[in-house]
Amino acid sequence: MAAAANEVSSYLARRARWSPLEIAFWVFAFATIWLFPGKYLIMKDAAILALFALSLDLILGYAGIISLGQAAFFGLAGYFSGIVAQHGLINEPVVSLICAALVAAALGFVTSFLVLRGSDLTRLMVTMGVALMLGELANRFSNITGGADGLQGIDIGPVLGLFRFDMYGHNGYIYCLIVLFLCFLVARRIVYSPFGLSLRSLKGNPLRASAIGIPVNRRLIAIYTVSAGFAGMAGALLTQTTSFCSLDVFSFERSADLLLVLIIGGTGYLYGGLIGAVIYKFLQDWIASLTPQYWQFWIGFVLVVIVLIGRERIEQWTAALRATIYRFGKQLLTRPAAVGDAARKGN
Amino acid sequence: MPILQTLGLEKRFGGIVAVHDVSLSIEQGARHALIGPNGAGKTTVINLLTGVLRPTAGSILLAGQDITALRPHQRVRLGMARTFQINQLFLDLTPLETVGLAVSERLGLGSDWWRLVGSKSAVTDEIVEILERFRLADVMQERTAILPYGKQRLLEIALAFACRPKLLLLDEPAAGVPDAERQELLATIDELPADVTVLLIEHDMDLVFSFADRISVLVNGGLLLDGAPEDVARDPRVKAVYLGEELDA
Repeated sequence: MAAAANEVSSYLARRARWSPLEIAFWVFAFATIWLFPGKYLIMKDAAILALFALSLDLILGYAGIISLGQAAFFGLAGYFSGIVAQHGLINEPVVSLICAALVAAALGFVTSFLVLRGSDLTRLMVTMGVALMLGELANRFSNITGGADGLQGIDIGPVLGLFRFDMYGHNGYIYCLIVLFLCFLVARRIVYSPFGLSLRSLKGNPLRASAIGIPVNRRLIAIYTVSAGFAGMAGALLTQTTSFCSLDVFSFERSADLLLVLIIGGTGYLYGGLIGAVIYKFLQDWIASLTPQYWQFWIGFVLVVIVLIGRERIEQWTAALRATIYRFGKQLLTRPAAVGDAARKGN
Repeated sequence: MPILQTLGLEKRFGGIVAVHDVSLSIEQGARHALIGPNGAGKTTVINLLTGVLRPTAGSILLAGQDITALRPHQRVRLGMARTFQINQLFLDLTPLETVGLAVSERLGLGSDWWRLVGSKSAVTDEIVEILERFRLADVMQERTAILPYGKQRLLEIALAFACRPKLLLLDEPAAGVPDAERQELLATIDELPADVTVLLIEHDMDLVFSFADRISVLVNGGLLLDGAPEDVARDPRVKAVYLGEELDA
C-alpha cells in the first residue's frame, strides 16, 4: 500500500515536472535577447502572437472550445490600453496591461454564455460574430477610437517607471517576453491542476464528466474567461509596444491566423502556440522578403502541405531529432559528474 | 427510510409513453436489480434517476430529499453515481488520472487551479485504495484507450465508485466482457462495500440471481413486479413476458 502510494504520488509529481527540453526552450527564448539584437521587432511580434495563441490553446487544446473570435478580446484590450494612455489615465504599461486583461476577461465572461450553447459550428459562428460586431462598433464610434485612421497620439510611459520603449524594440521585446513567460507559468499551473485535469476530462467526454459530478458549464465559463484575459494581454502588448491601435486588431484574419498557428504548432501541450507563432512569423517574414506581393500564396501552400503530410508524421520526425538532442544533453550533464566521482574515488 | 424512492415516475417522448407510473423503493444497503426485456424502458429509468432526462410526471427522492429538479452533477454530489452500458471513459487519461480526477472533484478541489493534482495525501491515498480495490494498480499508468476491455469495465465502475456514492447504479456492468476477464469483474462487484447500495440493471440472469437480494421487473414501461429473487423466478407473469422469452430462445 505504501509502495503504491509512493508510486502514485511520484507519478503525479512527474507529470508536472519541467523536462530538460522545456528548460532549454526557455533558456534559448531569453538568450535571443543577446543572440539576435537585429531581430527585436519581429521577435516581439512573435512573442505577442505566441501569447495570443496560448490563449486559444487553453480553450481549444484543453477544453475543446473552438473559436474564431479571439480577436474580440485582443482588440478590446488593445483599444482599452490605447485609450486610457491617450487620455493620460494610465500610462504605466504594467498597470494598464493588468486592467486591459481584466476588461477582456469581463467580456469573455459575458460572452461565454453564448459560447456554451451549441456545437463546434455554432461556436465558430458566435465567436466570429462577437469579434465582427466589436470591430464594427469601433468603426462606428470613431470619435473615441479614431475609426479607420486608428488611435493616435498614445503616450506610453516607461515600464514600472524605469524602462522606456526604444525604437529598436529592445525593451519592448524583453517586456513582451517576460509577460509571455509569466502567463505561460500561470497556464502551466492551470493545466496540471485538478481544474486543468477536469477540463481535459470534459473535452474528452462531457457526458461522463457531468456524471462524476463536474459542473461542466461552470468550468467552461472559467477557462473561457481566463483565455479572454490572456488574449487581452496580447492585444494590450501590441498597442503598448507600437503606441498605435487600429481597426485590424478586431479583424477576422487575426483570429484565423491564430488557428493556423495552432495547426502548425499543435494543441494541447502549451508549446504548440509558442512554436507555431515563431514558425509562422519567421516564415511570413522570409517569404515576404522573397516575394513581397505573393507571400500569402506561399503561406497557404505551406499550410496545405502541413495538413496533407499530417502533423503527427512531422512530430515523429522531430521526435527522433529530439531524442538525439536529449541523449546528447544527458551525456553532457552526466560526464562532469562521472569525472567528479572518479576524482573522489582517487582520493 | 429507503435510500431511493420514485413516486409515479412517467416519461413521454412526444406521443410515446416510455415509462409510466414507476414507483420504486430501494432500501439502504440493498443489492437491487432492475430487469426487463429489451425496450422495457430500463435505460429511460436510469436516465431519469441520474437527471439526464426530466420526468414528465412524478418525483425522485434520494435519502428522503427531493432531487427531481436537480442537474446530473448535483445528484452526484448528493450521493448517486452511475456506470454506463457502453464505456464512457476519458480515453486520453490514465486510470490513475481518471480516478484522481473523480477523487479531487469529490473532495471539492475541482476548481483549484493552482496546486498540482494529488498534492494532498488524502487524494493520493484514496486513489491507491480505489485502484487496488478495482484491480487496476498494475495498469494505472497506461492510457485508458489501450487497456483490455475487462479493465476498462473495471475502470468504468471505479470511476463511479470514486464519487463515494450512497447509491451506485450499475448499467449492465458485465456486458461484452470476454469470459477470461469476467470472473475478475464479477468478484470485484461482489466485493463492493456493504454500505453502498447497488441498483443493477442487467440482462444476464446468472449475474442477477447470484447478486441481487431484490428484483424489480419492468415491462412495457411499467413495473410488473417487485420482490425477492425466488418470488420473481416463480412468478408466472415474469416467466411469460421475460424468462419465457429466454427459454424459447
